[in-house]
Amino acid sequence: MKLLTLNFLTCAIKTCKGSPASFPLHPRDSELEIIETDINLPFLKNILPRLTWDAVRTISTELGLPELPATAPTREDLVEPSSTSEDDAEEVPTQVAKDLHRLLLETCVKEGKLVCGCCEHEYQVKEGVANFLLPGHLV
Amino acid sequence: MAETDAQGQSYEAQHVHSVYEEIASHFSSTRYKPWPIVERFLEERPDGAIGADVGCGNGKYLSINDKVFIVGSDRSTNLVSIAKQHHQHLNTSSLVVADNLSLPHPLHAFDFAISIAVIHHLSTPARRVEAVAAVLELLKGAGGRALIYVWALEQKDSRRGWDEGHEQDVMVPWVMKGKKEKKTGSAKKGRRKGDGEEGYGEAAKEEEQAVAAVQDKTFLRYYHLYRKGELEHDVEEAGGVVVESGYEKDNWWAIARLKDGDGR
Repeated sequence: MKLLTLNFLTCAIKTCKGSPASFPLHPRDSELEIIETDINLPFLKNILPRLTWDAVRTISTELGLPELPATAPTREDLVEPSSTSEDDAEEVPTQVAKDLHRLLLETCVKEGKLVCGCCEHEYQVKEGVANFLLPGHLV
Repeated sequence: MAETDAQGQSYEAQHVHSVYEEIASHFSSTRYKPWPIVERFLEERPDGAIGADVGCGNGKYLSINDKVFIVGSDRSTNLVSIAKQHHQHLNTSSLVVADNLSLPHPLHAFDFAISIAVIHHLSTPARRVEAVAAVLELLKGAGGRALIYVWALEQKDSRRGWDEGHEQDVMVPWVMKGKKEKKTGSAKKGRRKGDGEEGYGEAAKEEEQAVAAVQDKTFLRYYHLYRKGELEHDVEEAGGVVVESGYEKDNWWAIARLKDGDGR
């Protein structure tokens, strides 16, 4: 499961959703893997404003990955200045863009748990897929 | 059809969820062609939009538009595994196992959501409205749009032949072919034909007839067939506003937004 996904996941239990503590879910006992994909600079630039950067930072820190700056990079930070172009396809990604691609789209949780900070419920991740089905008494 | 919420839940566990787990592989092999309305909706989303595919099945809608990011979820672990095999190296989607009435998503965090051929599997009116509400509450107020697609009662020209006035709560057989032996001769190799309900599984019929099947197994799935206007009613009950709706190939569809969302 790509780390980007964690920006759009929270606890499946309804009463947790109103609580700020339920987002983001906390990865625990995680085994990470890198699944390489081609960098797509226009896509990265477009999803950037939709990221909750604090959540990205929190998750990155909890997984023991290098610390991220306090504020999100800007779209300009992702493009080599000399290559800036009307045509997205002409643009060359910076190291910042490459690092972001590696973190959000190539770094995946293969095995482990995702834990809700509100109710402490643990969701299992197996073979790269998180399972959010709840036991009957929690539905 | 169930009457209470608790009955509905256990009824669906038996007559929907466990069936999809069993037929996942065969079902997936018959689900490869996207429906035009869904394709159009996905292609019209703005670049970089974030979406949810609630009940994504084998993930056939995850790769239509590679400029948006979609989190797909399905109740069936087996279907999600199949979807994952198909989309392992796709940058623009991710998959989780989840129930559509207990979705693991933050509220109002998505630019769009789709729920294709899912809500007709809920077995009480209240649970269907709840399922629509669960899709709508994913949407951002500003510009958020959901596409919901359900099987229609009015389909007198389909193989099933249901129409206005017929029973709306039905059990639909899925025939899984047993071991196959090719007849002698020049039987062409083709896709297996599922007993697909939505009208796009017919292509391989002739090839199928050239193959002798033994030990067929029939599974029954519960469906609530939507009559004209019913989907729009459910959207409104769930706190949504219908932006556009219509009928496509034996199905009703509606594009909706939140009531307090803007009209963009």
